[in-house]
Amino acid sequence: MEHAEPALAVSDLNVEIVGENGAFPVVSEMSLSVRPGETVCLVGESGCGKSMTALSLLRLLPDSARVASGSIRIHGEDFLAMDQRRVEDFRGDQIAMIFQEPLTALNPVLTIGEQIAESVRQHRKVGKREAFARAVKCLELVQMPDPERRARQYPHELSGGMRQRAMIALALACEPKIIIADEPTTALDVTVQAQILGLIADLQKRLGTAQILITHDLGVVAEIADRVIVMYAGRRVEECSVYELFDNPLHPYTIGLMGAVPHRAGGIVSARLTDIPGTVPPLWDLPKGCAFAPRCPGASARCLEERPPFIEKTPGHFAACWEHDNG
Amino acid sequence: MLAYIVRRLLLLIPMAAGMVIVTFGLLLLIPGDPASVLLGQEASPEAIQNLRNALGLNDPWYIRLGAYFAHLLQGDMGRSIFQNQAVSEIIAGRLGATVELAVVALILACLIGVTLGVIAATRQGSIIDTAAMVFAQLGVSMPVYWLGLLLMLLFAVTLGWLPSIGRGVPFPKAFLAAFSGRPGVLLDSFSHILLPAFALAANSAAIISRLVRTAMLEVLREDFVRTAYAKGLRRKRVIVRHALRNALLPVLSVIGLRFGALLGGAVLTESIFAWPGLGQLTITAISQRDLPLIQGIVLTFAIIFALVNLVVDLLYAVVDPRIRLG
Repeated sequence: MEHAEPALAVSDLNVEIVGENGAFPVVSEMSLSVRPGETVCLVGESGCGKSMTALSLLRLLPDSARVASGSIRIHGEDFLAMDQRRVEDFRGDQIAMIFQEPLTALNPVLTIGEQIAESVRQHRKVGKREAFARAVKCLELVQMPDPERRARQYPHELSGGMRQRAMIALALACEPKIIIADEPTTALDVTVQAQILGLIADLQKRLGTAQILITHDLGVVAEIADRVIVMYAGRRVEECSVYELFDNPLHPYTIGLMGAVPHRAGGIVSARLTDIPGTVPPLWDLPKGCAFAPRCPGASARCLEERPPFIEKTPGHFAACWEHDNG
Repeated sequence: MLAYIVRRLLLLIPMAAGMVIVTFGLLLLIPGDPASVLLGQEASPEAIQNLRNALGLNDPWYIRLGAYFAHLLQGDMGRSIFQNQAVSEIIAGRLGATVELAVVALILACLIGVTLGVIAATRQGSIIDTAAMVFAQLGVSMPVYWLGLLLMLLFAVTLGWLPSIGRGVPFPKAFLAAFSGRPGVLLDSFSHILLPAFALAANSAAIISRLVRTAMLEVLREDFVRTAYAKGLRRKRVIVRHALRNALLPVLSVIGLRFGALLGGAVLTESIFAWPGLGQLTITAISQRDLPLIQGIVLTFAIIFALVNLVVDLLYAVVDPRIRLG
């Protein structure tokens, strides 16, 4: 597994939003690769470019946004150069997405079963009945209670957890090699969150899909990730294995994020929660140097003037920070 | 569901009673006297008074209204003053033509309105979008009699493609004729209805197209449309099956209300195109002050309108699974 071909390889991706006063970047110099069976987490606050990255991976960016440069390769094939037909053939079949809000992401006037079957029929040469049977199978796979009956119900008739299961079943319908999950548990109760995360992890192990999971929740990261990419203001600031991230975080932003999560050590809450002072700078008005410098407790004059490169600090551990420069 | 329908039908009764009272009041207020119309300008005042007594027009209003209700409860809408025939018979003879015209116009309005609205929304900002909305603006602002005359001038007089006035064989009969080997009859009916139906439909088509455009633009931004694209569906399928189906929900209720406007518009359209329906009859009845006939026609329109809106509400529950009637 370790050295398998990446299922998805993104290199030097730049996404920009075209506004009235010209274009400004929302994702800059993004590179990542995911191998079959691997889960990569994209972590960051809202507005840091996580969701834009995810949407660009399916070429589903809103009209106002566009990929300015870079490449996306799916199983070695250049996804950005494909014609519309081929892109549509890939979507749902090779690469699928689990969206954040299952209530709004599912069509309110079609039954769950119809919506899953529709995807099956788009990509497989099967009849209506067979596609519906496949939909019921998928619902069974995601442990939907009473899948036969639920398949005939509409989204508003299901609970939040069941809707998210249906959403996952929809993504799995054609057994895609790559799954992108955009905050799949944010809209759910904590107990249901744990169930859904367990389900996603379990299915991924069984089916061997390559998975990108987008979250702002470090608890989710610890639960499910193999590797983690931390993003800030549209750029990667740190990338390493999940163990390395929690044992030895390098970037002050990552450290700040961890301070904002309650930790329990030896059964008691170990320290007061801390927050990161200030807010994310607007993407159309980024500071000249490191985007995090204005909020960084250890920022130097250099940080404000020059942007630190994203480089390997220790083997397998990348960060963009002028500190730790010599390993 | 059944209980809901029964309740809505029962609600028709007070609505119809209110309708009768309002119409009656309006007819009291407008000047004009059927007796003097009937006897002509040279009639002596005594003759007119005698006729008014005979017609019961000199009774106080509450007695006349009470008598009307009493007859109505027995299913009797009274007799026309001028045509010496039961009002219900006169209306029954004309109703088919008006319903036919209104239904064809409604179908035309929906087809044109939805198509234009979808095209405009999916190409927002393009020349096609602008053209569709200019058409909509024209359709909304052009009065039906003016448009009707223009259409008649172009297609009937100048080009000579379509007949200018009159009605062909009623559609049910025309279809039967076509099935028994005489398609010419059906064609003739179509050619007669095309101009009046289009003139009548234009206004509603314009309103529907603007509504559909707005609703589509909103729905196309919804998350589930993005999900549909993420499944790999083709654009056409996403637009029709996912976006349009949801966009039509708010439009549906408006379509029901438009049917009322179509019935109103039919009054003018029918007079222009000499379409032998209730609309034409309405104008005649009002100009003659044929009170029982006017009452009967207004009541008929009101009941049709209420029934159509009941059907629309029922359809609503069929199309949108989130709606439960009760």
